[in-house]
Amino acid sequence: MMLQMTLRRIWVGVATMFVVSVIVFIMTSILPGDVAQIVLGQSATPETLAALRAELGLDMPAYLRYLEWLGDMLTGDLGTSKAGGAAISDLIGGRFGNTMVLAGLVAGISIPISILLGLWAAMHPGSWLDRTVTFGTLATISVPEFFVATLMVLILAVNLQWLPSTALLRDEMTFFELLGGLAMPIITLVIVVSAQMIRMTRAGILNVMNSPYIEMAILKGIPRGRIILRHALFNAIGPIVNVIALNLAYLVSGVVIVETIFSYPGLAKLMIDGVQTRDLPLVQACAMIFCGAYVILILIADIGSIVSNPRLRHPK
Amino acid sequence: MNEQNLEKLLEVKDLRISAYNDEKQEIQIVKGVTFDIHKGQVVALIGESGSGKTTISLASLSYTKPGLEFTGGQVLLNGEDVLTAAPLRQRQIRGANVAYLAQSAAATFNPAITINEQVTESAVLHGILSQEQANERALELYHALELPNPDRIGYRYPHQVSGGQLQRLMAAMALCGNPDLMVLDEPTTALDVTTQIEVLKAFKKVIREENSAAIYVTHDLAVVAQIADHIVVLYSGEIMEQGSADKIINHPGHAYTRRLMDAVRPKPAAGMGGTVGAEFDRDVPALSVEQMTAGYGGIVNGEPAIPILRDVSVEVNNAHVVGVIGESGCGKSTLARVMAGILPQASGKVKLEDEELQGSLNDRKLEELQKIQFVFQMADTALNPKQTVGQILGRPLEFYRGIKGKEKRAKVAEILQMVELPPEFASRYPMELSGGQKQRVNMARSLAADPEVLLCDEVTSALDSIVGANVIKLLTNLRDKTGASFVFISHDLSTVASFADEIVVLYAGRVVEQGPTDEVLEPPFHPYTRLLISSVPELRIGWLEDTMQKREMAVGIARGVEITAVGCPFYNRCPMGIDATCDKEHPPIRELENGHQITCHRTVEELTEAERETQQILRGYEKLVDESMKVVV
Amino acid sequence: MNEPEKQNVEAGQEVLDKLDKFDELPDAPPKRKLKLSWTGKIATMIVVFWMVIAIIGPFIAPFHEMDMDGDDSFLNAHSNEYGTFYLGTDYLGRDTFSRVIWGARMTIGISLAATFLAYVIGITLGIAAAVKGGWVDMAVSRVNDAILALPSIMLGLIAIAAFGSSIPILVIIAGIIYASSVFRIARALGLDIMVQDFVEAAKVRGEGLWWIIKSEVLPNAAMPLATDFGLRLVFVVLFISSLSFLGLGVQPPQADWGSMVRENLAGLTYNSWAAVWPAFAIASFTIAINLIVDDISAKSGGSLAKKMV
Repeated sequence: MMLQMTLRRIWVGVATMFVVSVIVFIMTSILPGDVAQIVLGQSATPETLAALRAELGLDMPAYLRYLEWLGDMLTGDLGTSKAGGAAISDLIGGRFGNTMVLAGLVAGISIPISILLGLWAAMHPGSWLDRTVTFGTLATISVPEFFVATLMVLILAVNLQWLPSTALLRDEMTFFELLGGLAMPIITLVIVVSAQMIRMTRAGILNVMNSPYIEMAILKGIPRGRIILRHALFNAIGPIVNVIALNLAYLVSGVVIVETIFSYPGLAKLMIDGVQTRDLPLVQACAMIFCGAYVILILIADIGSIVSNPRLRHPK
Repeated sequence: MNEQNLEKLLEVKDLRISAYNDEKQEIQIVKGVTFDIHKGQVVALIGESGSGKTTISLASLSYTKPGLEFTGGQVLLNGEDVLTAAPLRQRQIRGANVAYLAQSAAATFNPAITINEQVTESAVLHGILSQEQANERALELYHALELPNPDRIGYRYPHQVSGGQLQRLMAAMALCGNPDLMVLDEPTTALDVTTQIEVLKAFKKVIREENSAAIYVTHDLAVVAQIADHIVVLYSGEIMEQGSADKIINHPGHAYTRRLMDAVRPKPAAGMGGTVGAEFDRDVPALSVEQMTAGYGGIVNGEPAIPILRDVSVEVNNAHVVGVIGESGCGKSTLARVMAGILPQASGKVKLEDEELQGSLNDRKLEELQKIQFVFQMADTALNPKQTVGQILGRPLEFYRGIKGKEKRAKVAEILQMVELPPEFASRYPMELSGGQKQRVNMARSLAADPEVLLCDEVTSALDSIVGANVIKLLTNLRDKTGASFVFISHDLSTVASFADEIVVLYAGRVVEQGPTDEVLEPPFHPYTRLLISSVPELRIGWLEDTMQKREMAVGIARGVEITAVGCPFYNRCPMGIDATCDKEHPPIRELENGHQITCHRTVEELTEAERETQQILRGYEKLVDESMKVVV
Repeated sequence: MNEPEKQNVEAGQEVLDKLDKFDELPDAPPKRKLKLSWTGKIATMIVVFWMVIAIIGPFIAPFHEMDMDGDDSFLNAHSNEYGTFYLGTDYLGRDTFSRVIWGARMTIGISLAATFLAYVIGITLGIAAAVKGGWVDMAVSRVNDAILALPSIMLGLIAIAAFGSSIPILVIIAGIIYASSVFRIARALGLDIMVQDFVEAAKVRGEGLWWIIKSEVLPNAAMPLATDFGLRLVFVVLFISSLSFLGLGVQPPQADWGSMVRENLAGLTYNSWAAVWPAFAIASFTIAINLIVDDISAKSGGSLAKKMV
């Protein structure tokens, strides 16, 4: 039962990725019109156009072009960049690692913070701490990521002068140097990502706390701590895992902004540069990587909630 | 028993509890209630919704539902006021001294924790028992409560056991720490009658064996009569009357108590059903289904993937009330849905008079739709909250009959009067009506279509007994006034028996018995009908013990319903099943007088004989009880 | 009958009279009025304020959004012969105060237009999918799931890479991207309502689909959808501002809150608040909307909040 559902979810994930690739391909390769025409512009003659089309493979029907592109993507051949003609896989290589480091550090810090704060707020509903957390997180999710970043720069770099206003990344940094160097982007992302996670964790636990079996536990004279940890948390794990995975997906959009604002040499910055120069092959490759990561996170969320459901773990 | 000689366990003195609304106005929920509970005594709090009975019972645990507050009085447990106890002490009282049993065990068991941990948790945490002792005690209770697989059931998760079993497991949970007092909050209300008996029996046995005191909260006087020593009758947060069970049941003093008793319908028996005047007679039945099979999922060869009803044939005669009776899951609502065209049948026919109807309502003609009207069970959800009563009732008038404007308004007022509501209600929204009023509007909407057949799906189940009784009275009047036929679907045999002209008994998707009410309720019975009849609690002290002597009970309540493709569906619970016949072959329909049919392998003579035997056993038992009572006194 | 018993019966009669008079339980619950808390009231004032500014802004702003009349770039508040620069100047020496006012029209205008577009597409398809069911629902839902499975900023980036950036394109892109979430909510609401007994009752009565949508579904979906509109508007504002902030949204020299932050970010190190004011403008607008939505959904039981991620 559980295995079946998990396999089904994985299959849905693969199918989603396929549809995503179709959307990306259509948007970047078909809708913009004839690339040969765009490249050659006014100087196009019918002969040069035909020649360039043949060179770019544009004379093939769209579905064949799509299959070829998909095949290339799957075998790791991400194509060549329009700007400078470098292989995209080379451009991405190191930057992908940089983005992963940033995302990993942010996830490692924000997940425990979010769960603890969410739990704490849910355990003391209506308290000043709860109200502060509720308002603070509401405010944070209401504002753009760059607002948080700007505020952090203003406070931490300009006024207090504790941290550099851009990200510093050198080869051969120790872990703590890395933390220090990346402090601004990390702090910004942790705030942005945690806000939603805290809210959802709190809501998830409060939702469970309103259920009749919690009232029953109170009427059985069970101490508050045990009610939360044994009775509520166990049932809230599913929703919480879900929330965490879904909100790590917020990292994707957060990363785009933060890498730009702090000039961090990551994948997102590369993609933005690609969009600005309308380097479509580069944008395609980056988009597929980001979307892939996003789909995987959602998949983890789904599987997490399946695995934590007692009805599925212990079938009749 | 002499109450004075017993020690007082719980004293509730002038208890007052209030709620506060958005405007911070105080609304009194409990208005000064005083009663005592002695050791070993079961006290019933009886009343309808809004009487404050659950709120009062929870006060013994020093607990109120969110939004409520204690505003006065005392609740003394062994002389200690639990309302003013320190929070830590309150926590000790809950579970250790007073244990709570909720109405819906399915919702109150934590889905993520094994049953045994939940049963033993409280006793262990309060330091009453060690984990090992608690496990032993739980096992002992599982045996005492006659749970199946007592050695294994503790390792299961709540969703893995049935509702009736969970309800008994909750009793084990409450009793595990040997509390001084149990609070049972409507513990059998959500159960089918046959399951209710089983649970009641287990509760009563355990309460006697453990000699525990209990507060039993319910709206059902008949249930109370079986289990309570002392009864407190509540209305709107005040005590109307209290006294020993014998006094309240046999000599009620207060008019409200009598009103409550009137709403309890007597034991279903012949001679109770409705009688139809000859003026409505017609040759063809108003509505009929023939050899109908229906269910869900894809249909292969007239057989749906998940069959709900099989080979059902029912006739609804003109101006008759046909009661369809059966336990949850028997397919009684599905029958109405097929008749209405909501669920197209897989095979068989549905006929309106002579016309065969299309299965799907999309294919039915407007006038056919008009003639068959469906009344939904839950008036709360059946009325659009964004429309006024006038709009709700006006729509069918306009839609079917083209009545508009002034005439429509006049007609709406007329229909409101038909269901005994004031015409001013036309401007109200459903939210501004009480439960019974909503149900009346719900029926009025169907009446507005001027139908020939009304399909009423459990229309009184969600209502309080007095309100429900009024709705039934209204239904009977309407039938006499309009000459329409009613299909009345219910799980409550006594309600159906009190006014239906004919009864159809459904079991696991098949008709096991049908015919005129008087015939169905008189021997010979189908064994399932007899189980149903004997399961309906009677407003009589000692009924539970009597009925447990019947052999249907022993066999019938121990097993669950199985839906079978071959043989008789009731075989596994039948006390007189014939091995190798009943489980293999489909039972024949035995025709009796006046269209009375019993679907059973046993002959009519055998069925009649079985009934006589049971009566003999019962009479013998009654004598026994009488003698033992003398000894006690 | 002895005396106490007689009293008892008389008292009982009183209860019965009460019972008969009201039929059953007393009166109807009072109508619930929508009452905002004080935070909700303040938030409403802020939203109304920005809406008014968005409409009349260009007429009351002291400077035109493109006037480079300041003494120098990144200055604090000062006056010169052209007028007073209340919030100082930006990196081109333009009046920050006026540009924030002009920016309101751009940011709020584009976002409102995009949200309306999202609603027209989303509700039409969502209710249609819910009511029709079957393969229509399947097809639309699958495509929608795929769009939802992408981070909106990614879709925005891809679309802008493909089509370039202009105001109509921004509105269309945001409209389509957010139509997918509106679709999901409208469909979920539609499905919820379609299985209600009162809709079933209308079907049994033989009502047509259009009547059911118009009279049963839409009136019941209106309030939740209106609340959701606020949330959606916030998301669209954030989306548009983020694109502008990346230099991919509203193009200079037009004033837009997002791009104003980007342009003046460098000023932060000179202690200029030119980047902070537009950021505050966005924050005040979006937080205020969210506070109102929070207030309303808390009042209506918050069941809707659960449906929205």
